Order: sequence, then C-alpha cells, then structure tokens
Amino acid sequence: MKMKAAQAMVECLKAEGISTVYGYPGAAICPFYDALLDAKDKITHVLVRHEANGGHAASGYARISGRPAVCIATSGPGAVNLLTAIATAYADSIPLVCITGQVNTDQIGSDVFQEADITGAAEPFVKHSYLIKNAEDLPRAFKEAFYIAGTGRPGPVLLDVPMDVQNTVIDFKYPASVDIRSYKPTTKGNNLQIKRVLDALSKAKKPLICIGGGVFASNAQKEINELAHIMNIPVITTMMGISAFSDDDPLFFGMLGMHGVKTANAAVNECDVLFLVGARVGDRAVRTPLALEKNTKILHIDIDPAEIGKNIGADLPLVGDAKTVLGQMIEKAKPMQHDEWIAHLDTYRTEREFAPAIEGTVNPRKFIQKLSKAMPQDTVVVADVGQNQIWTATGYHIGEGGRFMTSGGMGTMGYSLPAAIGAKMAAPDRAVMAVCGDGSFQMEMMELATAVQHGVKVKVVIMTNGSLGMVRELQEKGYNGRETAVALDGSPDFIALASAYGIRSMRVTDDKTADEAIKLLAEGDEITLVEVKVDPKASTL
Amino acid sequence: MKHTISVLVQNHSGVLSRITGLFSRRGFNIESLAVGPTHDDEVSRITIIADGDEHTVEQIEKQLNKLIEVIKVRTLAKDECFARELMMVKLACTAEKRSEIMTIAEMTEAKIVDVTLSTVTLEICARYKKLERFIEIVAPYGIIELVRTGTIAIQKGSESMTAKK
Repeated sequence: MKMKAAQAMVECLKAEGISTVYGYPGAAICPFYDALLDAKDKITHVLVRHEANGGHAASGYARISGRPAVCIATSGPGAVNLLTAIATAYADSIPLVCITGQVNTDQIGSDVFQEADITGAAEPFVKHSYLIKNAEDLPRAFKEAFYIAGTGRPGPVLLDVPMDVQNTVIDFKYPASVDIRSYKPTTKGNNLQIKRVLDALSKAKKPLICIGGGVFASNAQKEINELAHIMNIPVITTMMGISAFSDDDPLFFGMLGMHGVKTANAAVNECDVLFLVGARVGDRAVRTPLALEKNTKILHIDIDPAEIGKNIGADLPLVGDAKTVLGQMIEKAKPMQHDEWIAHLDTYRTEREFAPAIEGTVNPRKFIQKLSKAMPQDTVVVADVGQNQIWTATGYHIGEGGRFMTSGGMGTMGYSLPAAIGAKMAAPDRAVMAVCGDGSFQMEMMELATAVQHGVKVKVVIMTNGSLGMVRELQEKGYNGRETAVALDGSPDFIALASAYGIRSMRVTDDKTADEAIKLLAEGDEITLVEVKVDPKASTL
Repeated sequence: MKHTISVLVQNHSGVLSRITGLFSRRGFNIESLAVGPTHDDEVSRITIIADGDEHTVEQIEKQLNKLIEVIKVRTLAKDECFARELMMVKLACTAEKRSEIMTIAEMTEAKIVDVTLSTVTLEICARYKKLERFIEIVAPYGIIELVRTGTIAIQKGSESMTAKK
C-alpha cells in the first residue's frame, strides 16, 4: 500500500500491538506526529514534560507488560535528552524502541538547527540502532528493532528517522518475519550442561540460588519458584531481582549486597554452591567476587554469554533463557533435603528494631514496612535512587504477586515517578506507587502534570529529609562529615505543590499522620501525594 | 600479550565505529585494525591485533559477538594462521646511497616502487616482526614517511572462517 513513511511508522507500531507511546514533539518528528493523530483511537500518545521521562515511562510500561515499549523525541536536544533514559534502560536490560526525528538527509553532518548525531551518541547504550536514510528500509528496520529489543537479552533500540524520509511515499508492507543472519540468541540450555548443573546442585551441602533482573526479563518467576521448592534450596535476590520471590516464602532470605540484609549476605558467604540466575554480579551486589569465586562453586545461567565470566568466574556456565533453562531443569530435578542449612540461615533472621525518630519526623524503615503491609498485595512499587531506594528495597514487604522496580544498574535519579506512570498505564487495575526522596522528586516533579493530564492514578511517596541523604551519608562516613552540596534548602512546600496540580496530598510528621497517610495511599484509585518527613539522621546501613 | 582477532561483519555503514567504540569504552587496546570486503558482498572482514590477557580477549570476543552486525568472531592462535601486513616507506636517498638500499630491498624481499633524486619508496609485505626489523635497518637512511595497513590473517590448511547465510 502506498503511503508516507510517517504513516508507515504508525502502521508499524500498530502491527506490533503498541497502544501507548510516550513522547515530546518537535519540528523534525512532526510528520510522524501528524500521522499519529489519525491513529489516536488506536494509539494513545502521552505527552511527558521531559524526554528522559518519556523513556523512563516507556521503561515502566515495558517492565510490567513484558514487551518492548515506545518513546519518541525530536532531533537534537530532544534526542539528547532521551539519552539518560536509554542508558538507564540499557543498564537494566529493559526493551525499548526509541524513535527520534532527524534533520533532512541532505543536511546531516552540516550542523543545522537541532541536529545531533544521536545514533553516534547513543551507541554505548543501545542494543542496536538505525539511522534510516532510505524510506524503503523503514518497515524492515522497525520490524527488526522490536525483535532485537525484545529477544535475547532485552535492551533499547534506537530508530533515527530524518524528516525527509518520514515524508517520502513508499509502498508499505510490514515484514512478516525477521531474519538477521548475525543475530540468533541462544534460548535453550545445553542438555549436558544442564545435567552438570543439576549434579552440582544435588551434591551441594549448602546450595544457594541468587536471582537477578533476568528472571523478570524472561518471566521465569514461576519456574524459579518451582525449582527452588523441588530441590529445597534457599533463595536470595539482587536489587533487580526483588519481588521475583515472595518475602513470605520460607525459602527466601532477602537481598544481598552492600545495602543488603544480613540473612542474604550470610547465605552468600557460607554457601558451597551458588547458582546465579539472570544476575550479573554487579559491584553493589558482590564487592569482592574474587574471594567468592575462590571458596564457592559458581553455576551461572545467563542469556548473555558475555555476562558469564565477566564479573565472576563461573565453574559451570549455562547460556540460555532463564524460563526455558529452568523448565528443562525442573523436568530432571530430584527432591532434596537441606533442612539443616535452611535452619542455620533462619538463625540470622531478626525482627528489625526501629530507632525512635526525632520530633516531627518518622523512622523511614518503620513507615515503609507499615505501608507495605497496608497496600494491596499486587501493588507495583517503584523506588527511586538514594536512601529511599534502600529503605524500600530492604523494608517493603513483598507478598505473592507484588512487584518492585527501580533503576538498578544506572542508578538514575528521577526514575520512579515517570516509570510509575508507565507501569500504571500497563496495569491500570493495580495500585502503582513511586517512592522517592526530596532530591529525586525534584528531578521528576514536572511529571505530576503528565499524570494529571492523562488521568494516570499513581501514588507518590516523597521521603523528605532536606538533603541528598545518600551523598550526605557518604560524606559523613568517607569524608569526615564534611557535608558539601547536599542541603536541599529552597525546596518547595510539597503539599502546596500538590494542590497547585490539584492532587490530593498529606504530610506525615508522626505515627498518627503516618497511619492516616497509609490509609490514603492504600485506598482509592486516585492520584495521591504523601510527603513523609523522615528523621534526617536515619541511614541506610 | 598480543592476539589476532578476525571478525566477520555485515558491511553496513557505521559498523566500524560500533567496533572501535566498543574497544575504547571497554578499555581494550587495539594495536592495529584492518578492514576490507570479502567474496560475500554482504560481509566485510576485520582483523584486529589487540593487547590483553586471556580474560580480556574472552571478553573482547563475547562483547564483539553481542553487536548485532557481527556475524562471527575468532581469535587466531599464532601457529594456526598466516599473518601479513603491507608497509610502504619513503626514505631519504641520494644517488650514492641508492645501491645500498637496493641491496637491502633484495635481501628483505622489499620492492622499490618509486625513485626520485632525493628519495626512494619501498614496499614490503611480511609479518609484523619482520616489518619491525626492516624499519630498524632502514631507519639510519632517514625515514620521511611510513605507512602500514595493519595485519590481516587467514587460517592455515583447509579450516576456514566463512559466514553462513
């Protein structure tokens, strides 16, 4: 069918089943936006207030829907603003298809208005990218982009489309299939290697499973649960793996790492066989991989062969998709007993004691714990970056069907609110709550308008302590308490700000207001903002 | 330790910058890089000489393989391949030195490709080490200009590295 490439772009999105896109228009992407208007009954365009947040919103959407999500920006500054979101998605292996406008092909390279070499600039952070110079190549590039973003180890793919290309009339036909001769990800595990891994696990006296974000990428929550229970093996997670296993499960021992919990770290230190599933052993999870690798037998499943042996040497590498490989393992797994080992790990479990907070504030961990018990069990909680992230990661109780997300790899501040907006749109029936600090909130607060404009009923919890708490903590411990550039004086009155947007809100200053606010957050599907004044002395360690 | 890495890639525009970008951002050192078309018009072959330990080379291979346009990566052990590099050198050379340089050319299987009143230009195709020795020998005459292609390598025997369609 003859049509402008701009229309073809819309047709490509429809063919991929895309119903929501996040973006910010500009001159170079206008032909596409014009075509998008004709499809407004099929594709909802969400106007974000900053391009990076469009990328984060798409990231939140992708993480909940399990499929690639789309964000859009114009050429030059629009595209460059999107970079932070692309890098954030890349670090956490989130499938995005990022569409940017580009100046006319004959102007590329001449530094015209709003020109930026975005495929060049984004190269370190994309799984792949296309600068589409011939309109005829566009349908194939789109088809490949969605395929590459969503298969193998997921990641962002960039499609840069010059304005004249968007305006070129082509004979549109969406390719039915993809065949890239140089891209054939391995999904099925090698049978012999699977046998070896099972052997090693069954010979282990103190086996431990550590799951990461890859379990979500492959949607293998059910399988990991089943295998752990058949073989009776304790489970811990990285920060990216939180909520892939329920906190209520007796086999679960929490998050490991620098900011992890005692049970998980003790389990890692004492296990004899460590089975890593979709976890890349990042430096915040395992600070000294060399020591671990010396004393422990490491079994490692990852769909990305480059992750195996990169940060930690693996005794048994197993390349494949976690869901498929675990499925293969379950078929052959035999029941095991590790009661003594589990009972031993249980001795590390302690009820956390909450220090009393100073007048006019609450203990952040206590608040988070109470909040988690009141929220619906299937709530999606999106933690931002900083102290709030650690308090939420380690203190928010995740029941069966709950979901935790955060910018784990890149640690991008200002992720939680836009990602929560995307997540809520992917799962309108679930409660979705962003938890952030007064620092991170001020990097994303413009997105309250997006939520209001599009009626996205997210809950926002801002834990305020008047400073960039995580950096302050670092300065306190590592720089002799020389606090610099961390005071957030000049912050607005967050309650007045919420009113300015017409958003219902509440401030927590003590246990009584905490209970009221938690009720407000847990009940009713309405945009809600709660400021929690937390004890400025509260730390993450 | 030096390694010879052969990479088959789809010959799309931008693929070379993806590869060099990968080397620099992952902190891998490239000593030389040679690229050219192959008998398959969709495929180019890149030969990279890189420096690093075993772990580094393993990572280089794996990271290269992750690039969508990379079809095949192979590290060629020294004794399993023929490696060659082409070099051209312009030397300062007056009439009285000409015969000396001609003798050197003969002994080293270099070819004289151009002569002027004040210079002589030689070409030599050999392994990396032999080129290094050649440079040492001719340096005293005064090197005006020196250009090298970077090493290319091919497997010995009937083994081959071709891209499946």
